[in-house]
Amino acid sequence: MSDYRACREAYTTTLLTLAQEDPSIIVISSDARGSCSLNTFVETLPDQFVEIGIAEQNEIGVAAGLSVVGKNPFVCAPACFLTARSLEQLKVDVAYSHQNVKVLGVSGGVSYGVLGSSHHTLHDIATLRCIPDLTIILPSDAAQTEAVVRTIAHQKGAFFIRIGREKIPQVYTEELGVKPFTLGKANTLREGDSLTLVSCGELVYHTLEAAKLLSNEGIEARVLDMATLKPFDEEAIIKAAKETGALVTIEEHSINGGLGATVSQIVCANHPVPVKTLAFPDEYLVTGNSLELFAHYGLDAKGIAASVTTFISQVSTL
Amino acid sequence: MTIQALKQQALEVRKTLLSMIYQAKTGHTGGALSSTDLITALYFEVMHIDPSNPKWEGRDYFILSKGHSVEGYLSALAKRGFFDESLLSTFCQYKSPLIGHPNNKIPGIEMNTGALGHGLSISVGMAIGLKKDKKPNRVFTLMGDGELAEGSVWEAAMAASHYKLDNLIAIVDRNHLQISGSTEDVMGLEPLRERWESFGWQVEEIDGNSMLEVVNALKAAPFKEHKPSLIIANTTKGKGVKEMEDIPSWHHGVPNQHLYEQAMLDFESMEKELQNV
Repeated sequence: MSDYRACREAYTTTLLTLAQEDPSIIVISSDARGSCSLNTFVETLPDQFVEIGIAEQNEIGVAAGLSVVGKNPFVCAPACFLTARSLEQLKVDVAYSHQNVKVLGVSGGVSYGVLGSSHHTLHDIATLRCIPDLTIILPSDAAQTEAVVRTIAHQKGAFFIRIGREKIPQVYTEELGVKPFTLGKANTLREGDSLTLVSCGELVYHTLEAAKLLSNEGIEARVLDMATLKPFDEEAIIKAAKETGALVTIEEHSINGGLGATVSQIVCANHPVPVKTLAFPDEYLVTGNSLELFAHYGLDAKGIAASVTTFISQVSTL
Repeated sequence: MTIQALKQQALEVRKTLLSMIYQAKTGHTGGALSSTDLITALYFEVMHIDPSNPKWEGRDYFILSKGHSVEGYLSALAKRGFFDESLLSTFCQYKSPLIGHPNNKIPGIEMNTGALGHGLSISVGMAIGLKKDKKPNRVFTLMGDGELAEGSVWEAAMAASHYKLDNLIAIVDRNHLQISGSTEDVMGLEPLRERWESFGWQVEEIDGNSMLEVVNALKAAPFKEHKPSLIIANTTKGKGVKEMEDIPSWHHGVPNQHLYEQAMLDFESMEKELQNV
């Protein structure tokens, strides 16, 4: 398990390093120091931390106010609450008011697995993509998370970053040899011409594993890590449609309005080819931890590979 | 400014805001008129501001949490010199920068407000940031009374006393009416003073349409060290236009030509009375 790392630890460790050099960085949380791995930050830089208590609406409003007076606020709290309870504050106080606020949603997707749908975040891409000027990023591993924090730390603007909870395998290994993150750009993790697999967040790793299984069957898939959900790298998608002729999207999100919907819209408008979306269904999920839920809903490597194989056969008979 | 001059200025703001609403055929007349004296006192006497440099670092901050009362706010900003008063005639017109709620593309406006219950949280954040930098700037926030039913107001109220924000002065425009009727019928707010006090605020209650009381209270704030200050400003919705006063439908009502012309004549009479005092 030595090469497994938690994104939240990568995030806060990087943020602590940056905040030690920049006193304008203020971290705001809502009784979520533990959930966000913030204890070391609070002990090291207590004057750069603001505890709000369990009050996410106030939390985002306070962050916007801190931005007005010149601070560089980073909100850290569970994604499920930040993207629903305080959605209006995110829209009006942060994005619409053009404030410089970075919002980190931890334990997003189905990270809180067995705690149930109240704690799942499967709506955030759909909801937040409708807010102009809000950048949305779903890192796929700890190295990418660190690169994201370093990239956005001194950019002014409204950002939402969603990461998971558990320690996860590394995507951006030395062996892969790809720069972990460029804002607004897709990363090509694997070349192939049979079709393109497009993913984001924690499912990128499982998608890569699926591509290996598919390769054994003679299907060579291109794999794109679409870490930035907005602004969206349309060119990479159009290029994939033209060069590989079919796409499958894989996301830890509702099947409605997420990565799949975005890719489908772009492909339809620019170079229509078959697109299939793999995501969580529009229903409340069975009980399980995140890996169990990935497997149950066909979003683990085996499930992705099986869906892709079926899709390819359907496409070839068109 | 003298109290007399401030009263005169408030009348000018009332005339202008009513003209804006009449021309645009839309607006929140009742609440704009009830809060005119408060906004006039803040912008013409109390706050440290520099209209020629709206982002001056030494400025006091103002958040209009009851963003729908934007007409009085815009009138005051223009008359104070933040932007050309001729722009006011474009209020709510196609492609105008002046929309029906505050927008921070307009010089002097800090935040886009209008969704109720947001302003106090924003102000708490500003006050915390200023305290961290040991800056003397103050933060003023004007809320509506109907707005106080929003739960987020009380999240912010709790945080303000927790962080001992004596650089934060909130004002409630207590006109007792909201769009559906009396605040006490829609969702009772009383005992309002005790509620704020129990949240750790130092509270003063004034006649919010008495320029003398408004100026005295705003100048006396903060009322107590280590505590946020709240002014319950008892006002009359529609203040200054007899036909509109204390009538809920004037929350969002627009005067017809007859009423508008009558109101302007009344304002002129009030001006003459003031000049004769």
